[in-house]
Amino acid sequence: MRAAALRHLKPLPVTEVPVLSMRAFRREILASVEDGWRLVSFHGAGRPDDAVRLTAVLALDSSGELKVLAADPGESYPALTPVCPQAGPFEREIAEQWGVTPEGHPWLKPLRFHGSYRPGHVVWPELAGENIQPSVMDFFDVEGEGIHEVAVGPVHAGIIEPGHFRFHCHGEQVLHLEISLGYQHRGVERALLGGPHPRTIHHMETLAGDTTIGHATTYCRAVEALAGCQAPPRARALRAVSLELERLSNHTGDLGALAGDVGYLPTASFCGRLRGDFLNMTAMLCGSRFGRGLVRPGGVGFDVDAGLTARLLESLEDTCRDVAGAVNLLWETSSVRARFEQTGTVSAAMAVQLGLVGPAARASGREMDVRRDFPADDAHYDDWSIAMLTSGDVMARARVRWLEIQRSAEFIRRCLADLPEGPVRMECGPPAADSLVVSMTEGWRGEIVHVAQTGAAGRFARYKVVDPSFHNWMGLAMALRGQEISDFPLCNKSFNLSYCGHDL
Amino acid sequence: MLQIVLAVALSPLLPVVIQRVKALFAGRQGPPWLQGYFDLWKLLRKGGTYSRTTTWVFRAGPLVNFACLLVALLILPLGGLPAVVSFDGDWILLAYMLALGRFCMVVAALDTGSSFEGMGASREVQFAVFTEPALLLGLAALARETGMMSLSGMYGELALTGEVPFRILLSAGMFILYLAENCRIPVDDPATHLELTMIHEVMVLDHGAVDFGLIQWGGALKLWVVGALWSGLLPLGALRHPLALLLAGLGGLLGLAVLTGVVESVMARLRLLRMPQLLVGAGMMCALSLLLTFR
Repeated sequence: MRAAALRHLKPLPVTEVPVLSMRAFRREILASVEDGWRLVSFHGAGRPDDAVRLTAVLALDSSGELKVLAADPGESYPALTPVCPQAGPFEREIAEQWGVTPEGHPWLKPLRFHGSYRPGHVVWPELAGENIQPSVMDFFDVEGEGIHEVAVGPVHAGIIEPGHFRFHCHGEQVLHLEISLGYQHRGVERALLGGPHPRTIHHMETLAGDTTIGHATTYCRAVEALAGCQAPPRARALRAVSLELERLSNHTGDLGALAGDVGYLPTASFCGRLRGDFLNMTAMLCGSRFGRGLVRPGGVGFDVDAGLTARLLESLEDTCRDVAGAVNLLWETSSVRARFEQTGTVSAAMAVQLGLVGPAARASGREMDVRRDFPADDAHYDDWSIAMLTSGDVMARARVRWLEIQRSAEFIRRCLADLPEGPVRMECGPPAADSLVVSMTEGWRGEIVHVAQTGAAGRFARYKVVDPSFHNWMGLAMALRGQEISDFPLCNKSFNLSYCGHDL
Repeated sequence: MLQIVLAVALSPLLPVVIQRVKALFAGRQGPPWLQGYFDLWKLLRKGGTYSRTTTWVFRAGPLVNFACLLVALLILPLGGLPAVVSFDGDWILLAYMLALGRFCMVVAALDTGSSFEGMGASREVQFAVFTEPALLLGLAALARETGMMSLSGMYGELALTGEVPFRILLSAGMFILYLAENCRIPVDDPATHLELTMIHEVMVLDHGAVDFGLIQWGGALKLWVVGALWSGLLPLGALRHPLALLLAGLGGLLGLAVLTGVVESVMARLRLLRMPQLLVGAGMMCALSLLLTFR
């Protein structure tokens, strides 16, 4: 028995997920990763008899294939991470949530510092208490003459989320960076159990506030697929438009922030304003700058009329013209290029090993984009061309963003000019019982994956969320190796990862 | 004496000038002209908070630095106007006053025991290794060009006799020194909030109230002092009236602040490891101007 093939957004009866022996499970995953497959999700789920079942979902981007497999590990199993580094955070998560030890994991630490989901089963007895403090644990140790440690955060100088960064430096050079998160853990996955509830959509919209549309769309497609329905064409088009608007605002803001981090004033100032213009366009759609209330199961909460479409298009033209002016200044200024080029390089091999996703992976030559590889059953993204570069440095990550800005703008133009007629929302039935569905979306940070599994009553027995940040934080840590510590803010901004999306 | 009073009273305007020029480029309004004074008024009235790990060294830093700059003002000619005090070799005292002020700020930063401040202090000293010789070379070139050994004598003589190539080379070198000494882009970014990239700003993170007020004021005075060294190189030979000379000196300081604002608006900061190249460049220009005097 091998893994079962799975189609994106097509529910699979839970009984058809093959349960392998742990040895076969491990071999199958390792062999697949060797063949170019990628772990998109690897998670545990509690079973009625207090045991844990591990489920892995793998994707092959080049052919748009997905497959799923499961195994029962007992209390421990030989870790995948030593051979397959992209499993690293997943295995730490499994150990923390379910108290299952991946034997031989090279750096087994909690990810989010919360209690075990299975009372009595813990990997770290010292963390079994009620009041677990994030980051209060062993850190990597580097010794030698002239080595010093710099600890940054969890409270930062800018208005950003909390996270702890520990640098091991030799002079200005960073030997190793360890990132310790978990401060934003809210227990979202636990709160989703037994859903969908009326409040589930609000949990989705606030998984990562800057990816409201991305996560809400991924969730809505998952529940629609489970119910065997599909949102009306007009609603799907409006979702696609709002998803790209989210990308435009965030990419524009990031390019401005990158300019700000190297002290380049013009682009920093202009992009700060222009990001707001894109946010305002989302507000024109639904009244919220971050798209709250727009995407709803069965469609979208707001329709557009001809007048609004025209205003949106007009605003898009004006804003994109200004963005082009502001961003092109970056490429034309040699002092900016000198800072961006060959800073924070992630090699193509490293990007594959760590399983990076999104613009960070595409900047390192990884040809992947959910919009092309796993399109949601509509034709909006036909012949989508992937924005890809190969140098893997801050420059590449910045330029990928700029290419995506141009393509997203073009996409919105096409989409709004040719909006399908009809309703924007329909009633969907209840989710099918005992089914598993994988829903994927290319959010602005990269691949968003939701794996929903329903129980006998058609309620969520497990709802796994994988934010792109989950894969990419390790990429940032590796990008810093051998760099100057003063370039950390620049590298960090070039990834711009989510803390709460990681911490859930 | 008028010069010292003017420096202490007017220097808080200079950072605001730079900020307003940057605001103009960024399409913003910028702070009110008197913002520097408002900040000082606020800071000088506040009660300080001191970490238990700090000692008197921490408090002495800003005070000694401010005092050093006042001494520097005593021997500093402005726009061809002679200084209050002038004696042979006072230019070496000036370089040492700047160095002593820096030293005290650095030990005050180290006194906190914070890894950030230690990092900033190490960078500050690392770059001073390049700027201090450059400044001495520049002043030595001036001394040889004019045959005088006091700052007032040097600048007074230069106004009458200085040659154009010499002026251009030396003022280019001194302009880079001005940016470096005052922590401006491309050497440092005074506007950043990112501790890991800071040099000067990170050294003063733990200072507050009066101490921080003195640091701000001292920063403004340093803009004035190093700016006066630069603006004295302008060809002011035609001016005779002391008032005209004074206005020319003030105009030079103002123009330099505007120029700094423009530089900060049109270029990014250099990578930290590249900084020595720029500073050595400044040193080379000062050295070349010294070479020019051996003809």
